Amino acid sequence: MTGQRARFRRRQRLLRWVVLTVVLVFFVLPLLGMLDFTTQGPGGQGRTLETWRTLANVDTISTDYPALREGFLASVGLAVITPVVMLLVLVPTMTWVRLRLPGLSRTVEFICLLPLTVPAIVLVVGLTPVYAWVYYLLGSSTLWLSLAYVVLVLPYAYRSLDAGLRAIDVRTLSEAARSLGASWFTVMWRVVLPNLRTAVLSASFLSVALVLGEFTIANLFSKKNLQVAMYELGKSDAKISVAVGLASLVFAFVVLFAMSFVGSGRAGTSPLARLRRRKEPSA
Amino acid sequence: MPFFAYTTVFLLIPTLVVVIGAFLDGDNRFTLGNLDGLTSPSVVRGLVQSLVLSAVTAVGGAVLGGLLAYAVSTARDGSVTKRFVTSLCGVLAQFGGVALAFAFIASFGGTGLLTLLLGKVGISTGTGFWLYEWDRGLMLVYLYFQIPLMLIVFLPAVEGLRPQWREATETLGGTTWTYWRRVAAPILLPSFVGAMLLLFTNAFSAYATAKALVSQGSPLIPLQIGGTFTSEVLLGQENLGKAMALEMVVVVAVVMALYAWLDKRASRWMQR
Repeated sequence: MTGQRARFRRRQRLLRWVVLTVVLVFFVLPLLGMLDFTTQGPGGQGRTLETWRTLANVDTISTDYPALREGFLASVGLAVITPVVMLLVLVPTMTWVRLRLPGLSRTVEFICLLPLTVPAIVLVVGLTPVYAWVYYLLGSSTLWLSLAYVVLVLPYAYRSLDAGLRAIDVRTLSEAARSLGASWFTVMWRVVLPNLRTAVLSASFLSVALVLGEFTIANLFSKKNLQVAMYELGKSDAKISVAVGLASLVFAFVVLFAMSFVGSGRAGTSPLARLRRRKEPSA
Repeated sequence: MPFFAYTTVFLLIPTLVVVIGAFLDGDNRFTLGNLDGLTSPSVVRGLVQSLVLSAVTAVGGAVLGGLLAYAVSTARDGSVTKRFVTSLCGVLAQFGGVALAFAFIASFGGTGLLTLLLGKVGISTGTGFWLYEWDRGLMLVYLYFQIPLMLIVFLPAVEGLRPQWREATETLGGTTWTYWRRVAAPILLPSFVGAMLLLFTNAFSAYATAKALVSQGSPLIPLQIGGTFTSEVLLGQENLGKAMALEMVVVVAVVMALYAWLDKRASRWMQR
């Protein structure tokens, strides 16, 4: 029996390595292709690090490639505003529904998951008149895109916040706080939010990742974020934009990989994995 | 409540704009003309190509990604292999878009790494234009983000397979084949098909990758919708974009409804 087990293990390990190697080669080759392309010397001859040197030099990159700088700054701004708005909209509502209006929870869930069935490109079509008003009332800054991005992250944020809320006893906590004389604001800020720390963090992280990778809406509204800048630069100066693309992929990977060691190892999984996890074990 | 105000403005109104706009003509009168527009050859071709592309990459991605998920699941929990692969897949599945398209252009362009490598072993990739065609290059690029997505979606299900079940099968005299055929496959099937449906909608809605790769023509329906924004559309045709958008919503909604139903079945085995 032990011999059989050992043989089974060996076979399993062999299969694992074969599959992993094949798939990883497929994953890594195009990335190597990017690296190769950015280090090609003039005319495809020799090796040069010039592209990367340009990219590493913050001063020249921001003067020589103003579009890239503009897109990068816009994306950073969007990546800050979107999670904040998302949390402001979602956390009080979800808490309130849980405490006072449990009948509405189905409706809220439905609304939050609705964006999954509305592709971003469709949302753009529908948002055009809305944004005409937004621009008219608030000005035409790129940062207003974050209002649309909040909708895109709703399903993912909802799932992770819902799991967080399910794991704590909001009712007891808030009643305890209220009976000790806390205002609703204090309850939210000092009781609910700290208890939701992990859920809030992961929801925010998802929003940041989504915002940094967003292209569809920004491009069709003719706004410049990082992806749009990269796309446009790809037409004139391919090397730099490929280098930016590779750098952003590597950066995102390093962040995710690091986050998989922090936290309970869950941060490394994607929002869709969270979506799949319908039944969270309640604490 | 601000939540309802917010979602009304940024989610419900846009949805209604699309749904109602699909039935309005240039002067805001009710018409079914836009739906007629949907039957024009180019639009139909876009839809069919989108559906085929999504279906093929969903099936291919599901099979390869499923295999990968199983391979990864045999690694120890918390091992570097597992973390590495899940993180890599997280990036490739979510972050794709423009950067992915660039990766393939850089690799398969005239002096690209892979073009040269394949050339050395005697395989000519031709002029490199195949990369920009929807049924060859786009499929390859789409697979590149479908496989990682499959891993992410499917891994929890595979990890939900308990070793006890295999042991029980063995105790009862079953072989590995019996285990897969009679135990694992029926348990995994709803998750597998559900994940495949997710992959389908993912490919169907994808815009950035295709946009960055395809510069001429609009072989896919998302590109056609995008096209109604940027190009000069004939007067009275602007609502055709909305009709096409509605068409997409209908397709995705049907698939998602199926998914929700399957997910309910799949989650029976997921109580960990």
